[in-house]
Amino acid sequence: MRHFLILLRRDLGLLLGGERRGATLLPVLFFLAVAMLYPFAVGPDAPVLARTGGGVLWIAALLAAILPLDRLVEPDLELGVFDQLALRGISEELAMSARMLAHWLSFAPALMLAALPASALVGIDAATLKTVELGLLAGTPGLAALGVLVAALTAGLRGGAALGGLLVIPLAVPLLVFGAGSLSTGGAAGIVLTAAFSLVLWAITPFAAGAAIRSARGQ
Amino acid sequence: MQECRLSANNLACQRGERLLFRGLALELGPGQALQVKGANGIGKSSLIRILAGLLRPLVGTVEREGSVGLLDERPALDPALPLGKALGFWQRLDGPGHAELAQLGLSGLLEVPVRYLSTGQKKRAALARLLGQEAAIWLLDEPLNGLDARGVAMVEDLVARHCTQGGIALVASHQPIALPGGAAIDLADFTA
Repeated sequence: MRHFLILLRRDLGLLLGGERRGATLLPVLFFLAVAMLYPFAVGPDAPVLARTGGGVLWIAALLAAILPLDRLVEPDLELGVFDQLALRGISEELAMSARMLAHWLSFAPALMLAALPASALVGIDAATLKTVELGLLAGTPGLAALGVLVAALTAGLRGGAALGGLLVIPLAVPLLVFGAGSLSTGGAAGIVLTAAFSLVLWAITPFAAGAAIRSARGQ
Repeated sequence: MQECRLSANNLACQRGERLLFRGLALELGPGQALQVKGANGIGKSSLIRILAGLLRPLVGTVEREGSVGLLDERPALDPALPLGKALGFWQRLDGPGHAELAQLGLSGLLEVPVRYLSTGQKKRAALARLLGQEAAIWLLDEPLNGLDARGVAMVEDLVARHCTQGGIALVASHQPIALPGGAAIDLADFTA
């Protein structure tokens, strides 16, 4: 547990703080930019915007979560951090758990906050906004887990970052189907399914990502 | 210093299609040092990684007793962070070891981001990380790269002190380095 907290502190510092603070704001600005551009592209048709706005926010959130992918695992692999951790008896699984939580903390709360102004931009009402926010709360942990999983799998590959972004999208479809689907039914069922999918990802990612890093090392 | 031992038996290593070395055996006890010589690409780094348990040998066994400290070409220090903070992370994991930063020539650099450090300064920083770990078995992969003459003398002195305290040091280097006991093996003798 002590090790987990030390790792989490470092990961949070790297993802949130220091000189790369601008890079942390980037997903949020990206998210807001999509929400701002959407009414321009579709036209000022209020009912259409209100009906589709929630879904657009979901897509924007998904794409925003992909942005920091190349910073999640690759730099540490190149620096030999995982080797040094392994020598100290700290497993890749523990390192990946901390990375996953840090990644989620670094983008999800800010994204959910940004969903407030974004909802005004796409013109959705308060009830829909509430569904979007609950859906994001249930879905962003899954997105964070997917991000770490794919970043670990593609770390060390040439063009891994671009490939990673492409890989996350199909894997995130279930999250999108249930999360954004809850908007049309307005019910809790979709959100619960989103949360369930997030939990599954949350549970398997440390092991799958840890194995990926070990195999990347063996080469 | 904890009880330590490092032994390898009948090691062979294959990288890709190439068999790098075979039939390699070594046995190191407390206070012993060994230099692994050999030309570039002969498998020194692979041997170090096998001994550290980070790479599986093709055949053969490695037995380790005691904690392992690894120093290779990657400093494992975050480039964007000031040196003090980057070292602080490992210090928190390793506990309050005492790397004498002044002795390593780092005392004035703690506020400087790691990526602005020169090659030699990064190597010194990695040495500080290694010292802080207080590991019994040192595996040093080309520790002299990028160091000036004073740096080389410093590494020799650190290894000598480590061995006096009962530690083990295995140094892979193509450069001459004075180690306590002066033992050395040449990987060229084990090539397939």
